[in-house]
Amino acid sequence: MYPDLECMNLTRRFGDTVAVDDVSFTVPAGSFFSILGPSGCGKTTIMRMIAGFLEPSSGDIHIRGRSVIDTPPNKRPVNMVFQHLALFPMMNIADNIGYGLRRAGVSKPEIEKKVEEALDRIGLPGIGARKVGELSGGQKQRVAIARCMVLEPEVLLLDEPLGALDLKLRERMKVELKALQAAFDTTFVYITHDQSEALVMSDRIAVMNEGRFEQVGSGQDLYYRPDTAFVAGFVGDANRWSGRIERVSGDEMEMRTDSGILMRGATHGRALSAGDRADVFVRPEAIRIAHSTEELAHFDNRITGKVESILFNGAASRILVQDSAGSGEIEVNLPQSGEFSGLSRGSEVQIGWSGAQGNCFAAEGS
Amino acid sequence: MRSEAKLGLILLLTPLLLWLSLLIFIPHVDMFLVSLRERVGVGEYKISLANYLTFINEPLYLHTFLRTAVMSILATMITLLIAFPVSYYIAKIARGRTQSALFLLCLVPFWVSELVRTFGWMILLRETGLISNLLQFLGLADGPVEMLYNDAAIMVGLVYTSMLFMVVPLVTTLESLPDEVIEAGYDLGGNGLSVLREIVIPHAAPGIVSGCIVVFMLSLGNYLTPTMLGGKDSLWFTELIYSQFIVRFNWELGAAFGFLLLGLSSLIVWGMLKLTGQSLEKTMG
Repeated sequence: MYPDLECMNLTRRFGDTVAVDDVSFTVPAGSFFSILGPSGCGKTTIMRMIAGFLEPSSGDIHIRGRSVIDTPPNKRPVNMVFQHLALFPMMNIADNIGYGLRRAGVSKPEIEKKVEEALDRIGLPGIGARKVGELSGGQKQRVAIARCMVLEPEVLLLDEPLGALDLKLRERMKVELKALQAAFDTTFVYITHDQSEALVMSDRIAVMNEGRFEQVGSGQDLYYRPDTAFVAGFVGDANRWSGRIERVSGDEMEMRTDSGILMRGATHGRALSAGDRADVFVRPEAIRIAHSTEELAHFDNRITGKVESILFNGAASRILVQDSAGSGEIEVNLPQSGEFSGLSRGSEVQIGWSGAQGNCFAAEGS
Repeated sequence: MRSEAKLGLILLLTPLLLWLSLLIFIPHVDMFLVSLRERVGVGEYKISLANYLTFINEPLYLHTFLRTAVMSILATMITLLIAFPVSYYIAKIARGRTQSALFLLCLVPFWVSELVRTFGWMILLRETGLISNLLQFLGLADGPVEMLYNDAAIMVGLVYTSMLFMVVPLVTTLESLPDEVIEAGYDLGGNGLSVLREIVIPHAAPGIVSGCIVVFMLSLGNYLTPTMLGGKDSLWFTELIYSQFIVRFNWELGAAFGFLLLGLSSLIVWGMLKLTGQSLEKTMG
């Protein structure tokens, strides 16, 4: 059994710039694979190479074990949901969905049947005669997916299709997309710059930066065990301190930040030694907040500070704490117990976290 | 306050109304009245359809009328066939500087007057012209070749003159077609031909129709090109109108001819819109 999609040492250059640099990955059949990265990292380039609109400078793409490098886009068993959906405005919905089937030479009654089925599948029965412009954003989205899925592609590529939707609808479409993927049982390759889209929907995520994959893994892997400083900073929020390592013993280390705080962290097996420049990342939800130092006695990192501001955002409310050494603001999640609802700007608080939560990476360029 | 606004509106509309009434409406009405006049004696006229009857009863007039229509339709089609790939290249394939340079190249010939442009073609096509000399030089022709004064020469001139008026609306509509939509057409299994037929042409239809209307009208009403490039057998209907007005001094018949031409072009444009399912608002708006 071959994986549905396999990219081997894929490289693409535009003039002197390398947009995609020696990227290899495999996507097992029926899984939801996301490529997550900031804009300009080369993720769209990968997508367009898989779809066939761009030729790789070197490397190979296999779909179900067969190389498709020499196959033109209209013959590849992959279909793409475009960023702006690219529904055909000159056709009605049924003709849009039936377009690929007509091209494949399917008989008319068969097309009608399949289009009907597809419309049922996406929960929009009976809209076949409508015009594209009459649909809402979410409906267009589903039609764009149905238009690809009637062709039963081996792999469906999705190029940030939720980008144009408003926040509420985007949240709903995330769940819906995942459900559609399960319903059609097709391999989805999804590219996005929105980490929450990737984390919610994907089985596996590749984090991409400057043409390379930084890390490939499940959402939990990326969030709790980032391999690189870039992943730690890009996936989820994190407080970041730079400094010089004073001591390393086993998995634990101690770093003196540039502002002079001594901080404990974990190397998670990365090769670091005393004297190295390093960055420590700590998630806001890993930091505990307390009124007195005793409550935090079991943590090996403790800081006393003042509340700089309160960022109320319902369940995701945070406070910014200015530590006494004046080394900058620390973001801390506010517990939902109501225990700290009395905090106001300027109150003194104690914060602390365990050293294992401080992810330490060698500083870039060292 | 209200009367002031009303006054403002009237003042704003006055130039437009003057333009429309003095330069378009009144001359046309006058011309129509002239066309319905029959001269019965010196300075004596009566209303009749005699001028229109003359047109129907004289085979040369009718023949020239239909020939002009057919040739104009042909010129429109040839212009479309040449302009479409050119516009597609400018709008969708060329990028940045090349795009504007190519567009400018289409525009450049229009910086000189139509008369000079037509003379340019005469220099190329005449017996002692460039092409004739080139053919002789290459040994492809034994003697001088005359390529002027026939229908083909008229066609070349008409297509050349009309090109820009087809390219501009086509480039505009084609540019509004997102690349994504074309790519989606390929991605879902379409080949070049089916993408062109099902996606590009339906999208460009308003541009195609408006370009065709403009080119057709320009060809039908062209006087200079057929006169200069055409021979004795290639009479154009505008030449007949000219000769009635200027040579024969028969304004009545000339006016009738003018109205027949107006009717013909309106009819063909209407037919073209019906045939393509477009409306005038859609193509001109």
